[in-house]
Amino acid sequence: MTVQLLKGNVAIAEAAVRAGLEAYFGYPITPQTELLEHLSARMVELGRVFVQAESEVAAINMVYGAACTGVRTMTSSSSPGVSLMQEGLSYIAASEVPCVVVDMMRGGPGLGNIQPSQADYFQVTRSAGHGDYHPIVLAPASVQEAIDLTFLAFDLADQYRHVVLLVGDGLIGQMMEPAEMPEMRPIRPRPDWAITGAKGRSKHVITSINLTAEENEAANRRIQARLAVIRAREQRSVEHYIEGAKVLVIGFGTSGRVAQSAVKMAREAGIPVGLFRPVTLWPFPEDRLRALVDDGVEAIVVVEMNAGQMLEDVRLVVGREMPIALHSRLGGAVPLPEDILEDIVAVAQKLGLAGPETVR
Amino acid sequence: MQEEVIFAGFGGQGVLFAGQLLAYTAMDEGKHVTWIPSYGPEMRGGTANCTVVVSDEPIGSPLVSRPSIAVVFNNPSMIKYRDQVKPGGLLVVNISIVEATTRREDITILNIPATETANALGETRLTNMILMGAMLAARPVVSVETLRQTIIERLPKRRQDLLALNLEAITKGVELAQAQLVARA
Repeated sequence: MTVQLLKGNVAIAEAAVRAGLEAYFGYPITPQTELLEHLSARMVELGRVFVQAESEVAAINMVYGAACTGVRTMTSSSSPGVSLMQEGLSYIAASEVPCVVVDMMRGGPGLGNIQPSQADYFQVTRSAGHGDYHPIVLAPASVQEAIDLTFLAFDLADQYRHVVLLVGDGLIGQMMEPAEMPEMRPIRPRPDWAITGAKGRSKHVITSINLTAEENEAANRRIQARLAVIRAREQRSVEHYIEGAKVLVIGFGTSGRVAQSAVKMAREAGIPVGLFRPVTLWPFPEDRLRALVDDGVEAIVVVEMNAGQMLEDVRLVVGREMPIALHSRLGGAVPLPEDILEDIVAVAQKLGLAGPETVR
Repeated sequence: MQEEVIFAGFGGQGVLFAGQLLAYTAMDEGKHVTWIPSYGPEMRGGTANCTVVVSDEPIGSPLVSRPSIAVVFNNPSMIKYRDQVKPGGLLVVNISIVEATTRREDITILNIPATETANALGETRLTNMILMGAMLAARPVVSVETLRQTIIERLPKRRQDLLALNLEAITKGVELAQAQLVARA
């Protein structure tokens, strides 16, 4: 493997190809269009399926169909497009077939803008469409992590026959960074449940309809049992400057990355602060966070490009007593390290961990 | 060492490419680097800019409120960025078309007639390479030698005819900057 300078969107697209993507369906939308653009050439070159659908609704239903045939399949979009995909995502989850969906979030609500945002945390972590389930949600903070998590997304989707969302924003999608791209993997064999034509074997049925309450409750119990396994096994997070941290900064994706600079500056000023960056948004890395909090964290600063959505998951883990400050930017605005640093210093001063003259 | 560089100008002046070239060169030197463009809605002839962070350590935020270097290709960019450069930083100005000035004395300012020099070389698109050479003469974010190697290795085949001109433009930029720096010393 050699290090290349890669743009986030292109890196995800190429990683998907190398992870064995056989069929892509999508509809262009900023800030993820380079992803679709790269695949429009690469998939055709490799004799694989690329379709620019007439809409996001069509794209996700094409993904549904392809997933039922057992191929590795994906789509990609950005916030308004992912809203259009909600019904299809729910059908895919109910049908228990694997797929990967990339959501490069942008400023909402409504048409909003194309700037980086994390405002769809609730939308992606709580259900993705109607019904009672969570998709698996992965949130990279660098181009390299975007590549690695793309591979992981396909593996988790297969392993659990479930919807996996890879979420970022325009900053991750548009940024170029040196990164290593793994070698091309062979296309994996079709799973034994796939719809491939029933000649010579008993028929397979993949459906999201369960007309009686008994049937549908049984299907729901099966999904919930699988989600419980995912929740126990698949929590992932990254930590920086965590040794002896009394103040814990928590942010995911772009926010987590920007916060890392602020935490570094605060450490240089002698404040015992660390960074906790969730990589899986669902399952939220509650076990590790709980352990860190039990290990002497006295206050938390949550950094988000939304009005405090992940903060609710943090609150569920740490309980009512823990002081939590929120550094929040909205509508496509990105936090800056200096501004986060101010909040860290203010919290540290309240705890008596920093003097009044700390940092400038 | 960490440097944050903003390249800013009109669309079509090679602003984004200059940033990418710096990013490639930094990568070739084994440094950590991020390149991020402004990608908001812009009209034709509007402004374009990109931020490049080069560091010996892993980079946290790829965006900065106060860059250590700004390279301004046109007048609106000069007005936007002249006050943002960190104290002790560098402001490289394409004086051929920038009219706005600054009274700042806490930064190094290079006034480079880049567009005129590029036109004299017969190719106005060399403006970015002249400004890049000037920047590196004052602040070696990467070495000029690696930059040359990176251009030689990464210039697309269909553009090879421009290779010698690009290298010459960088040399011109270095010379223009050195003359100003020496005059001040």
